[in-house]
Amino acid sequence: MSIRGKAYIAGIYEFPGRKAADKSLAQLHGEFAKGALEDAGLTYADVDAYYCAGDAPGLGGLAMAEYMGLKLQHIDSTETGGSSYVAHIGHAAAAIAAGKCNVALVTLAGKPKSQRPGTPRGGIEHDAPEYGFEMICGPRVVNMYAMAAMRHMHEYGTTSEQLAWIKVAASHHAQHNEHALMRDVVTVDDVLSSPMISDPLHRLDCCVITDGGGALVIVSPEIAKTLDRQCVKVLGHGEAPKHLDGGRVDLTYTGAAWSGPKAFEEAGVTHSDIKYMSIYDSFTITVLETLEDLGFCEKGQGGKFVADGNLISGVGKIPFNTDGGGLCSNHPANRGGMTKVLEAVRQLRNEAHPKVQVDCDIALAHGTGGSIGTRMGSATVILGREDS
Amino acid sequence: MSEQKIKIRVPFINEETEHFWNATGEGKLLVKQCADCNEYHYYPRTICPFCMSDNTEWKESPGTGTVYTYSIMRRVPVPYCIAYVTLDEGITMMTNIIDVDLETIKIGMKVKVSFVDTGADCALPFFTAA
Ligand SMILES: [Zn+2]
Repeated sequence: MSIRGKAYIAGIYEFPGRKAADKSLAQLHGEFAKGALEDAGLTYADVDAYYCAGDAPGLGGLAMAEYMGLKLQHIDSTETGGSSYVAHIGHAAAAIAAGKCNVALVTLAGKPKSQRPGTPRGGIEHDAPEYGFEMICGPRVVNMYAMAAMRHMHEYGTTSEQLAWIKVAASHHAQHNEHALMRDVVTVDDVLSSPMISDPLHRLDCCVITDGGGALVIVSPEIAKTLDRQCVKVLGHGEAPKHLDGGRVDLTYTGAAWSGPKAFEEAGVTHSDIKYMSIYDSFTITVLETLEDLGFCEKGQGGKFVADGNLISGVGKIPFNTDGGGLCSNHPANRGGMTKVLEAVRQLRNEAHPKVQVDCDIALAHGTGGSIGTRMGSATVILGREDS
Repeated sequence: MSEQKIKIRVPFINEETEHFWNATGEGKLLVKQCADCNEYHYYPRTICPFCMSDNTEWKESPGTGTVYTYSIMRRVPVPYCIAYVTLDEGITMMTNIIDVDLETIKIGMKVKVSFVDTGADCALPFFTAA
């Protein structure tokens, strides 16, 4: 069984702000849900399936179903970090194809910039089996990704200049996004002269930190037909966790090496069919390794592939993250998978900014959660225009 | 034992890892080897992640290996080097490289274990130049 053509993205919403100090976490989820449902021409009452990840408050789906007054027949709180919302699309499409539901809502919200002091952290971190062995080493988000970059440079000769091109491309797109946190166009030299945070990653190799989030509505083909809004067809999905494999550590590739081929196979398309791609960009190295693993270039050739503006819309062969991505625009709740999907939907609906819009009938969105320095969730979706 | 100024974090110890941490207090680095498939693994588990055998045994490692990758965290009060070290047994573990000039650390560098006392009957299995 395949999900190809069995589900459509009918509504999207992205919080335009980058700080949300005046709203509760549940309120943000609820408002983003309302925004995406209104975009589709639907209401809370139409929703019969709800998807959320670890950023949702309380018991996740249960707390939010009650808050929004949803009457559900399917619920999924798969937590794979920032990739969750990309994986949720595949799960929702499968549930719709199996007849379990018709209107699936996915939400993401968080406020890392303005969390009230003393807010308890979610999760049961101390019980994680790796915790005792890793916390003693001072792992931070950035030095974990930095270790992947260091090894990739060692094995393949990737350079800091090549990584910098990824930020440069994102900044070229962000200048056109009025909501982007960083709208200044930067150069390779700007990236290299920004402070070294954790070798070899500079400050400008890192993504922004923002409050906010967004939501998606995924519906059955029958519902899509009844809506006035242009819908986007789900063509294929793949997901895979990658971890340290009992000590057989290799940080030069990501789970995209497994999730990507599955998505391409299900969609029945090839790389040359992809006109736009949203690639998870927590750090520049995340993009570089993911592009190789998805097969847009040979393993180890990512540096050459991203250099010289190849990812800039209207300049290079294939544009990425035309909203400015997590690197410049928005990385709400430190989870970038949702916004990756949202910009892919805008491209397919011809609703991206005119300066970055491409003639796009097929697009790819990829999410990475957790850390490429330890264990990660990777999820890929391939989406098409309604008539594709 | 290390002399370098580093931040010492007392590990979180549970029923499955107590034996490992007790050994560090005696200056021993223990790893797990499966008696059925002969594979080493890290971090140590009761059941072998490669063949599901529960016939796994603690082995004392000589504590020698090479730096697989590393990064120097700069924007903190005391910069430090986090690393993955591949032990000569073939398994790779997250650690810190200590008691060396941080600027001289390289991938492939030979290192040996150097325990850092936590003051809590266990020590941190960090590495220094061999
Ligand atoms: Zn075994």
